Amino acid sequence: MKSCTPYCITTGPAGLLPPAAACCGIVLPEKGQGLVEGRLVSEEAALEVMAQELLSRKNPTIFPGPLVLWAWKEGVSEKAASVLELAEEIPGVRIIPMPDYRPIYPKIDPEAVINPCHPNLTIWYNKIEVCVFVGVHCHFANITLRMIRAGTNCYTITLCHSAGHEDSMASLPFCDVEQVRALTEAVRRLKRQGLRPRHGDACGIQLTHAQQAVEAGLVWRPA
Amino acid sequence: MALKTLKVAPGFMRFMPKEYQDLVEKGPFGRQIKLSELGTFKEVLEEHPMCEGCAMALFIRLSLIGLPNPEHTIIVGTAGCGRLALAQAAIPFVYGNYCDTNGVASGIKRGLAIRFPEQDKDVVVMAGDGGIADIGFSQVMHAWFRKEKFTTVMLDNEVYGNTGGQESGMTCRGTVVKMAPTGKQFEKIDMIGLAQNAGVSYIARLTPTNPGRVVSTIRKAVLVARKIGPAYVQAYTSCNIEYSIPPDRVLDDARQVEKERYGYLEIMTDEAKSYLAQVEAETRTPEAVATV
Repeated sequence: MKSCTPYCITTGPAGLLPPAAACCGIVLPEKGQGLVEGRLVSEEAALEVMAQELLSRKNPTIFPGPLVLWAWKEGVSEKAASVLELAEEIPGVRIIPMPDYRPIYPKIDPEAVINPCHPNLTIWYNKIEVCVFVGVHCHFANITLRMIRAGTNCYTITLCHSAGHEDSMASLPFCDVEQVRALTEAVRRLKRQGLRPRHGDACGIQLTHAQQAVEAGLVWRPA
Repeated sequence: MALKTLKVAPGFMRFMPKEYQDLVEKGPFGRQIKLSELGTFKEVLEEHPMCEGCAMALFIRLSLIGLPNPEHTIIVGTAGCGRLALAQAAIPFVYGNYCDTNGVASGIKRGLAIRFPEQDKDVVVMAGDGGIADIGFSQVMHAWFRKEKFTTVMLDNEVYGNTGGQESGMTCRGTVVKMAPTGKQFEKIDMIGLAQNAGVSYIARLTPTNPGRVVSTIRKAVLVARKIGPAYVQAYTSCNIEYSIPPDRVLDDARQVEKERYGYLEIMTDEAKSYLAQVEAETRTPEAVATV
């Protein structure tokens, strides 16, 4: 972890109980702004960084939360479609859902689900080095992001429907379909400009073993 | 929760864990489930971290099958063994403080009635004997005095099992438990009698020895609480760890206790009785049978 002044939100592991970013003077972005490693930037600049990290880091993964996964109100289906559109543009990306916030004990299946009580397990197991949280309620995202920063080397991106997240490495507030599509466009643009994706050989979304087994109708037993 | 929250957004079903796919496709939501259908539908609670042979886990599992409308139910619990399973069920769970479950439930019930005037929303408090009869006693009684329309279920293991075996108000006189080495000096609290005095509309006492009875009792309690007044169910759910009951003998113990001092008991007001009869008659109409 690199150290910098003022406080930076960089990839971890930051150690047990890193201070909350808000306590270290990091403020949330306004509409039209983004947050990158604790610094306020324009929305466009934030999108550029997010696109770059998603294409260049190992095992990119999208973690959709309940606000995207469940078609509980008008507009959700459209946002869900825009997330899938983004996923299609990131070679080798996986989608591991956070369908709700129930604790899962005695054991989670890290290939099937990410749980806010122990998100590090899913990240460690799948060796995820960059992830996107979208559609997760803020109070759960905040605690999850700190746990990830504390114990993993994963670069966290949040596409927040509300005010954004100081504890993620890159965050976009008030993120709706339009902003998700803008990120997709930024990914396309970087590829057009010659950025070779880290998992360039993979095509589209990769199913985890658990998801493959479920799709094939097989009984899946986690390791 | 509501039924519309159980639709997966287009394109995401293939990424959902099997458990959630099953809940959406084969869950008990939006239809009446019978106990005889067990094994053919996805239960709202299957895996849980409770001890091997735990009678409380069995009772909770059966109770959740008994809920008439799980998609419109909120469960309120508190510290103790029960919440370990309840928090993992596919039903919204609110973790109240140890003393205030029935106060919290009162607020939730009233709030839901204002927010959803066209839709019955059920609130069920499910907590241990410590949460209901000791630490939460005051709020339980006052909720009953106020005739709050929700169900209170006591998971009575007659001990503080989660913290190592302290006696509770519901422990029987003379019982020696790990943290009460001289034996309890006082009688078990008569919560059934107190519920009667407080004017609770539906009261039941039971053990988990008869699964069908557990399911129907919970269903009746929730229905009465929905329309008539408070309901109270007191269930003997032994702690096989603190009472040193081998896991495979837990139901034998429940049968024995049922025979000696915990026989099935159902007390209800005339109003509750006639309402349940009316519900029963409605579910037996040819139209209702055809839809089931």
